[in-house]
Amino acid sequence: MREFIDGAEAISRAAIRAGCNFFAGYPITPATPILLHLTRDLPRVGGVAIQAEDEIAAMGMRIGAAMAGSRVMTATSGPGISLYSENIGLAIMGEVPMVIVDAQRMGPATGAATTTAQGDVQFLRWGTSGGYPVIVLSPWSVASCFTLTLRAFDLAERFRTPVFLATDKEMVLGRTTVPVEDLVEIPVRERRMAPPDGTFIPYPEDAPLGVPEMAVMGGPHIVRFTTSSHDARGHLTKAPAAVGALNERLTRKIEDHLEEIEWVREDLEPDADTLVVSYGTTARASREAVEAARGAGHRVSHLIVESIWPVPEAAILRAAEGVQQVLVPELNTGQYRREVERVMGGQAAVVGVNRVDGELITPLEILEAGGLS
Amino acid sequence: MTKPTPGTFLDPETLPFPFCPGCGHGTILEKLDEALVRRGSDPKRLVIVTDIGCAGLSDRHFTTNAFHGLHGRSVTYATGLKLADPGLDVVVLMGDGGCGIGGHHLINAARRNIGITVIVFNNLNYGMTGGEHSVSTPPGAITATTPLGQLERPMDICATVGVNGASFVARSSTFEPDLADVFVQALENPGFSLVDTWELCTAYFAPANRLNRSAIGEVQEALGMPGGVLHHAPRGEYAATYRESAASQGRLAPRQGSPLESTYGHQLEAPIRLLLAGAAGKKTVSAAGALARAGIRSGLFVTQRDDYPVTVKTGHVLSQLILSPREILYSGVPTPDVAIVLFPEGLAKARGNLAAMAPGATVYLESSLPEIETRASVIPLDLQGLPGWERKKEFWALIALGRLLRDTPILSLEALVESIGGEGDLAQRQRGAVGAGASLT
Repeated sequence: MREFIDGAEAISRAAIRAGCNFFAGYPITPATPILLHLTRDLPRVGGVAIQAEDEIAAMGMRIGAAMAGSRVMTATSGPGISLYSENIGLAIMGEVPMVIVDAQRMGPATGAATTTAQGDVQFLRWGTSGGYPVIVLSPWSVASCFTLTLRAFDLAERFRTPVFLATDKEMVLGRTTVPVEDLVEIPVRERRMAPPDGTFIPYPEDAPLGVPEMAVMGGPHIVRFTTSSHDARGHLTKAPAAVGALNERLTRKIEDHLEEIEWVREDLEPDADTLVVSYGTTARASREAVEAARGAGHRVSHLIVESIWPVPEAAILRAAEGVQQVLVPELNTGQYRREVERVMGGQAAVVGVNRVDGELITPLEILEAGGLS
Repeated sequence: MTKPTPGTFLDPETLPFPFCPGCGHGTILEKLDEALVRRGSDPKRLVIVTDIGCAGLSDRHFTTNAFHGLHGRSVTYATGLKLADPGLDVVVLMGDGGCGIGGHHLINAARRNIGITVIVFNNLNYGMTGGEHSVSTPPGAITATTPLGQLERPMDICATVGVNGASFVARSSTFEPDLADVFVQALENPGFSLVDTWELCTAYFAPANRLNRSAIGEVQEALGMPGGVLHHAPRGEYAATYRESAASQGRLAPRQGSPLESTYGHQLEAPIRLLLAGAAGKKTVSAAGALARAGIRSGLFVTQRDDYPVTVKTGHVLSQLILSPREILYSGVPTPDVAIVLFPEGLAKARGNLAAMAPGATVYLESSLPEIETRASVIPLDLQGLPGWERKKEFWALIALGRLLRDTPILSLEALVESIGGEGDLAQRQRGAVGAGASLT
């Protein structure tokens, strides 16, 4: 049995499977179908979906709802991420689990609303002040939109942090044939709650796994939440020891657990000369190019990166062992190539395949860039 | 965590307040505490949300839940808390600065009548950053950023939320003896309440403008912004009403997948890329969707990409389909194998694609359209000459697909007919259109 669905439907259905019960958003092409789907369906499962007055309000409502115990999500495009920026920092600071879908479109500014792009890749990582890490997943098929949405909710709970789903217009609005067995369900962790009795410390320095247990505002404990640098009790502080401990923990809780986040698809050939590193929509043309190159007798490996931030450095180095060149196709001017170059440290030539005219990169362009045509 | 003290919601360990001598903030907090005690609020079911500014220092003095967020956005966090848990008591403490940067949120919270209580610490300037002017600074006032005197008219915060649907609105000051009573009334209103509480900023505004206790009332009078309960009109609270509306829908299931079974065969060995160039309102996307579902019913893989202007009732519609016996990876259709061009709007948009088509490709061109530049073979479709209802343009896409399937047996006509959903005359005719196309001469 096969379905004919787009990424918007896959993401929306997965969100409900993941237990999402609060959505606040603002209409923006090409993310609107997710707003429409969940506006209709969340009240049917006892949840709430609201169209806020703007993206800033949508983000604020989600943070509030999450602190009252909801599992929250939104969907927007690059211009909306711009408006989320300051509150993304608040979600990092207050350690709020949430999923943010970015259906990327052509920028800068209003750009082209119905034109696909992958121009937000660095923006998602560095989109708020302070430079603290977030997690970004990037589905490369409608089926992986489904599975990675579940994974995004799971990682949001595990790390108490915003998790982005970096998709794009092509993936969200393009309908495609999906065998039902490809809509792979993976478990989503429950929120780790503090025991109802005893003393509750909201931000202990020595929290297991680096992530404090949560308590719901309105539940058995008094909860303090703040945008300001705070001590373990959630009180504003400027004491260097407390501030340093908090900020280092916000970094370490993610960067010390990369193996839990790394999620890649390896299609590696022994003795490959060329490695293609791809993500998102562009991974599809990359797969086609790799198959064609192999058919022509070239030795090519392919790594599809599904967890693009933090950069899965170990997986890239593993896949690149012994290759002469690494091709990085993407619908921007070379944002992830920059990361691959950093990881490779000069061990192989890193070649970008880039388009910013709204058209998809073709398999032939990838082959030509790698001298494989 | 500090334990609540009987008879107060304030935490004695955190007192005294950190505010400047003579600042009204401490008075507001004491009156709020009195009001909460009188109301018998449950500290565990109460959240105090604070904005940025000196008022933002308030929450740590309470033994309730506390949420200190970004500048101007406190109302949005409060709205999220209330929507997620409609039984919570949510109180927002914000300054006049927050009313400026977050004015949009105040207006929309009032429109929704979301059940939160907003207390504005209105000291007529930005006290925390050095005495700059705010949306409530009176005309002529000297502030750090109005050395020539304030030239902007102050915003009437109460009128703004009142006219936009707030169900309880009052203006008061820290010198009014009934301030705690007003707070109690605001807390008891189940919908959106706001109390605009005027006070002295003894660090900046009061000394620079000789504002004192008696002058506050005079300024309010002069501006036509009197004190008192200005508006009290209870109506449905948003979070509760949302849940009632959802419950009244009955038990509807969320959308599930609708998988298609492959019950038909196909005769495709290699992928075929199809461009359908139509126009708004002529059922182009739905015809392409029917062919796509027919493809899946015939064991094929299909992708569909649609392009049309944001003004959806006008202009071109282009649907690009790939039908393939194998999984489709790259979904672009730069050079179609088959193009069906039915209307001038679609033709204008598709000219580049048509020009790029290879000699072995085929274009079906509605016969009244102008000649096109292409190396593909062109087959004219005389659709305007059809008898009866078939002449209507909303059937043309399906008629053309019927003709295509007769010429190129990718899949069966029956599969396409079965993939046209719906009941009634229109659906009947749509299914008939496929057959009409297959018998076109």
